[in-house]
Amino acid sequence: MQTGLLNGGGGLFTMSSSEESYSYPDESLLELGLGLSLGGGKTKAKTKHPAAAGGGGSWDHYARILTAKDFAGVVSDKTSSSSSSSSSSSITKVNTSGGTKRTAESPCSPPGRSAISQVVGWPPVRTYRMNTLSNNAKSPVTEQLFSIDDKCKSKNADTPSPNHGSCTNTNISKEKGFAKTSLFVKVNIDGVAIGRKVDLNAHTCYKTLSRALDDMFMPSASVGARGSNMERQVSVAGKRQPVKFLDGSSDFVLTYEDKDGDWMLVGDVPWEIFLNSVRRLRIMRTTDAKGLAPGSQERNRGRPITPL
Amino acid sequence: MCLFQSVMNYLPKEVLEHVFDFLTSHHDRNAVSLVCESWYGVERFSREKVFIGNCYAVNPERLIDRFPRLRSLTLKGKPHFADFNLVPDGWGGHVYPWIEAMAKSGINLEELRLKRMVVSDESLELLAKSFPNFKSLVLVSCEGFTTDGLAAIASNCRLLRELDLQENEVDDRKGQWLSCFPESCTSLVSLNFACLKGEVNVAALERLVARCPNLRSLRLNHTVPVEVLQKILVRAPQLSDLGTGTFTHDPDSETYVKLKNAMKNCRSIRSLSGFLDVNGRCLPAIYPICTSLTSLNLSYAPGIFSNELIKLICHCKKIERLWILDTIGDKGLGVVANTCKELQELRVFPSDLYGVGNTAVTEEGLVAISAGCPKLNSILYFCQQMTNAALITVAKNCPNFIRFRLCTLNPIVPDAATNQPLDEGFGAIVQSCKRLTRLSVSGLLTDQLFLYIGMYAEQLEMLSIAFAGDSDKGMLYVLNGCKKLKKLEIRDSPFGNMALLSDMGKYETMRSLWMSSCEVTLGACKTLAEKMPRLNVEIINENEAGEDKASCDDRHRVEKMYLYRTLAGPRTDAPDFVWTL
Repeated sequence: MQTGLLNGGGGLFTMSSSEESYSYPDESLLELGLGLSLGGGKTKAKTKHPAAAGGGGSWDHYARILTAKDFAGVVSDKTSSSSSSSSSSSITKVNTSGGTKRTAESPCSPPGRSAISQVVGWPPVRTYRMNTLSNNAKSPVTEQLFSIDDKCKSKNADTPSPNHGSCTNTNISKEKGFAKTSLFVKVNIDGVAIGRKVDLNAHTCYKTLSRALDDMFMPSASVGARGSNMERQVSVAGKRQPVKFLDGSSDFVLTYEDKDGDWMLVGDVPWEIFLNSVRRLRIMRTTDAKGLAPGSQERNRGRPITPL
Repeated sequence: MCLFQSVMNYLPKEVLEHVFDFLTSHHDRNAVSLVCESWYGVERFSREKVFIGNCYAVNPERLIDRFPRLRSLTLKGKPHFADFNLVPDGWGGHVYPWIEAMAKSGINLEELRLKRMVVSDESLELLAKSFPNFKSLVLVSCEGFTTDGLAAIASNCRLLRELDLQENEVDDRKGQWLSCFPESCTSLVSLNFACLKGEVNVAALERLVARCPNLRSLRLNHTVPVEVLQKILVRAPQLSDLGTGTFTHDPDSETYVKLKNAMKNCRSIRSLSGFLDVNGRCLPAIYPICTSLTSLNLSYAPGIFSNELIKLICHCKKIERLWILDTIGDKGLGVVANTCKELQELRVFPSDLYGVGNTAVTEEGLVAISAGCPKLNSILYFCQQMTNAALITVAKNCPNFIRFRLCTLNPIVPDAATNQPLDEGFGAIVQSCKRLTRLSVSGLLTDQLFLYIGMYAEQLEMLSIAFAGDSDKGMLYVLNGCKKLKKLEIRDSPFGNMALLSDMGKYETMRSLWMSSCEVTLGACKTLAEKMPRLNVEIINENEAGEDKASCDDRHRVEKMYLYRTLAGPRTDAPDFVWTL
């Protein structure tokens, strides 16, 4: 059946005759559409992948749930459509457009590295390594040096050139300055067992953080109504109504646990002080948040975690 | 044969035990214990080191029951893909029940090595207080503890030799954990706190180093400045493994000169890492030790330019293990190929994780390495692009690969020259490398590759697949062909129920199977779970709480499935979002 040849000489190779010649994915599959699902399956009016005999299916199934950070700067209007109308939305497929693997590559456009880094867990680099590297990369030292890199490279490294010297000077002066650390903290929202993570240092003020969390956690009046909520929101104005955690106009408030284990309302202290003391975030129902008592959240380290 | 067997049966147990003492590998010990009942008995009472690759495969009580003389335990928790955020928080992998059970049973625990487990401060406290002979704690990619837990270890483990923290997420309480080592503690051989984010008491650190004459391995975190490093090196010239803290200083300063001299005096250093914050012009300080280095990890140092890296590497002729960033470039890899003839393991990590546009390495670098380094047997390579021709060349040059992990930054990129899938290239690797035990593939790949893997990869134990294959046939080729397969992890590939259910018994010969964003349905998972009671088939359901298994349609595809063989039955600590079918 298969005719792929692989000789030890490492020369010729041919594809299996049972498969069609491998054509590059149809451009239409690369659309960053919203793809709201209205049925049990994800059938779309698109050509199926040519080599997908028996069960391959279209690639949009392999989209992932992404965090707001992953979406930054790619496509503005996205929703994660997660319900199928025919049955309960228990195990649902997320058709988050930015995450499909097909969007990662297109023959005519530039590599689109930022699109690739949107795929959750790709490239497969440990979170620890990513955090540490982004610490180093974000520091003003290396940012400055990267831009002068080209000049420095071409010079003979033995003789300190004026450019190279200025690298060092910048290096030393910036080194004494503010070195940012990537700061991933956990975020939980009442009613959802799964927590998420957000990088606080990707934000410079409460507003952007609130917006990011808003993107991450679409509020819903009840579990299961999530899909219809979003559809409604999308269809009404063409863009979603932000939740505005911080101005008291929603059902939820944003709180954080500080270094001492106390739960505080987000927004009371200056941003830098907040960054220094925040341990993790929790989006609480407004009703629960009245009279936030210190240490009211029991930390369940080492025990199975119960839903909030 | 009969005579031999009778003779062996008449050997006193002490003799058998003595013979078994020479068996150090787990495989050998496991094999020996299966020979007959009396050997099983002797082996279990003499076994001191146990390795458990999946902490949910067996429960602590059973472990203790079988191996009462247990002294050293290695446990692994979460599935490998947890490293890449595919497993939600709270999934499990708690070490506390193990420590509690061993403490209660009076096990004389001396060594604990954990990977991808949740370790609470309470666990560390219990550990520190329950085992008076405790000597060695190694935590890799763990989470859940703070520096308070470390303080408990430091304070209470009188005989502590090794505290090795690798890439853990540790909450820094800004306490004085390092100061908690009592003055009487002089037994430290290895101390690695490179992953801690907070400052340590450097005076306490210096005193600790000074009073531990057997200290061989010391890895500092980024808060330890060069001045302190220099003083430490003066006190501990016997070090063989060093991880620097920051490595930034004015190269014209006195401290730097002192550092250079101190380094020259450290003639035993064979392994070097750190450089978490580095000024390239300070690197010449380490040239004297480069000549005898066998292991070098610069993968956390994006601040070193390609040319500085190259200069450094020119001094490293004895390197056997090299971990670097792709900032080295293909040209730099060429230099490695010309210089590092002893190289066995190479890891090239991506420096550009956010798509900023820094150039990565390509297939050229890999080919150069394969041509220049005849002893190469393990590689992890993140690259911009790859070609079949390159992989075929690599396969020819290096038939000795044991681990081959290639990651294209674009997960479905085709051959850069021909636009074909990379099937033939990876196929060449598996055909040529007869001792391959671990393989990770990426790029545009069809079922053809999996046919090759099934045909040729006879020793393969672990396979990682992402965005690959066309149909169930692909997965079937692997399951049918790879007799020694232990761990299979698949994401975003079109493998479905037919492949999953075709040979259910296979999973009892494996440690685990992970499938996420594939075509497997809930119904199929339920079928598998029902037919195979000695497997735990777990579904990770990441949607909102309140949905239960009963209301789910069996035809729905499952986002994340993790199954593993177990003697312990369904686990009792599974959170709500993990359904054991």
